[in-house]
Amino acid sequence: MFRPDPSSPISPTEQLVRRHRLHPLELLPWLAVIGTYFLLPGYLPLGSQVLIMILFALSLDLILGYAGIITLGHAAFFGVGAYTAGIYAIHVTGEPLSGLVVATVAAGIIGLISGLIILRTHGLTLLMLTLAIVFLIQETANKAGFITGGADGLQGISMQQIFGQFRFDMFGRTAYVYSAIVLFLVWLFARLLVHSPFGRSLTGIRENITRMHAIGTPVRRRLVTIYAISAALAGLAGALLTQTTQFVGLSVLSFERSGEIVIMLVLGGIGRLYGAFIGAAVFMIAKDELAKADPVFWYFWIGMLLVLVVMFARGGILGLIDQALSWVRRKS
Amino acid sequence: MDGFFAAAISILFLGVSYAMVLYIISVGLSVTMGLMGFANLAHGIFAMAGGYLTTTMMNDYGVPFGVALVFAAVAVALISVALERTLYSRLYGAGELEQVLFTIGLIFMAVAVVRYVWGPLPQRMLLPEILRGQIDLGFRVFPTYRTFLIVTSLALIAALWLGIERTNFGAQIRAAVDNRRMAESLGINTGRLFTLTFALGSGLAALGGGLGADILAVEPTYAFEYLVYFLMVVAVGGLGSIRGPFIAALFLGVGDTACKYLVPEFGAFFIFVAMIGLLLWRPNGLFGRA
Repeated sequence: MFRPDPSSPISPTEQLVRRHRLHPLELLPWLAVIGTYFLLPGYLPLGSQVLIMILFALSLDLILGYAGIITLGHAAFFGVGAYTAGIYAIHVTGEPLSGLVVATVAAGIIGLISGLIILRTHGLTLLMLTLAIVFLIQETANKAGFITGGADGLQGISMQQIFGQFRFDMFGRTAYVYSAIVLFLVWLFARLLVHSPFGRSLTGIRENITRMHAIGTPVRRRLVTIYAISAALAGLAGALLTQTTQFVGLSVLSFERSGEIVIMLVLGGIGRLYGAFIGAAVFMIAKDELAKADPVFWYFWIGMLLVLVVMFARGGILGLIDQALSWVRRKS
Repeated sequence: MDGFFAAAISILFLGVSYAMVLYIISVGLSVTMGLMGFANLAHGIFAMAGGYLTTTMMNDYGVPFGVALVFAAVAVALISVALERTLYSRLYGAGELEQVLFTIGLIFMAVAVVRYVWGPLPQRMLLPEILRGQIDLGFRVFPTYRTFLIVTSLALIAALWLGIERTNFGAQIRAAVDNRRMAESLGINTGRLFTLTFALGSGLAALGGGLGADILAVEPTYAFEYLVYFLMVVAVGGLGSIRGPFIAALFLGVGDTACKYLVPEFGAFFIFVAMIGLLLWRPNGLFGRA
């Protein structure tokens, strides 16, 4: 299929290997994750929330940033994962790792089914359908009170020790390390995915869908595949939230949560993996600080921020850093 | 059997009055989306503003219902023009994602402002004496407010349709929705046309928000809560269509009322399923063009 350019000195395999090569800066977030554990032990509960939101934003980046699918319903999969993990812990076993797997698979299946249904459409209709799906699932969780606890949320979740060794302690140490390891594995996977030929074809679909059809890419199958993968990862994030907080409420499925995660990703910068890291961290820390001071006006600042980002900084924080760096380079 | 008909008539009656409110709020959204292709998710904030202004004027200052409605509609139309000129117009050529994010940002800001000024509780609607109670329509007794709502809305809708069909302005809108470039070539100033249409749509939304303040509870989360309903009316009706959303609103209003009345244990479940089904069958809506 792929014909190498004869004038190019590097072979396609070499190009592929090059793309996967790790840039030293890519380790920066992980230094921050490790540093937080040792330097800020009082902030570990917030830290695990941040890690979970990074994971959620990362899953969204795969479809929004790379494949260009605009969704306002990604909380549907986060919520399915969260509820599945909770129900599994109550009715089957409190063993965490199998819970993660079950929740991921459940969210992936829901993602696959809804993706098969809604990805036939595009534009506003698609956006509306993503919203309809999240409302549909929320209504289901709300009304199926006998299994989900309805509006009161799912209570009485108790988790066993991880590997029978590490108990979820009250300082949130285990939860933090647990979330960090899961996030690290997902990051490796997502990195592999977006640099692979499959990931490149997604970018192609985002940039010019007609041309991708023309060169014979199975566009719909690719989109449904990445949608299901992304849904599964969102479910994984939801399951982590359930296991580390030992509670699930209807808010995991809300439209606000769908909106917030999009905001986090856009704030950091879409389509570059690390936007999720920086956006979720900045958003969650700002929320923790500002919402404590003034919960009503917190929403005003978010809205304002969003408008400003759209007007002046479409690449988000990382986009701004890029611009600043290229400005410095031009000057010198 | 009698009980069945009585229930069916009540559902139909409540559903139709609900549908009227939905249509009046959403029709402006359909036109602006069809005209400029702008994904304005924040359309609901204009309806919310209309609801707040109307209830406040009536409850706190004793302004008559009709006057309050007209004042709210004009005020909101003016605010919307200011927003359109300063902010919206910068994003006409932008991608869908930018428009979605920008309008969500607007919703967040509006929610915060409203909660700050009016507090988190829903506003009470103190109806004028004449609209309370029941009215006897010969064969059955109906709630006066709902009857008034249907009659007023139908008059408004008739005026709107006549305006779109018969006036020069209406013809310009139809021409621009059909083919914007061609309309521009013929000398129609589509920029100004859009500003006017935007104001008209927002004013109508405010009117709908005020009229329906007793049906769609006026509270800070209004714009989020009903967003999916307004979008459904527009998406199912077909972008840019004036009549499509009317059919869609009737379907949604009656269907939603019937679901909540007949199978309350499922809530709005079936209506969402039906909407998803409809959109899969006709992705461009009932009256949309491919």
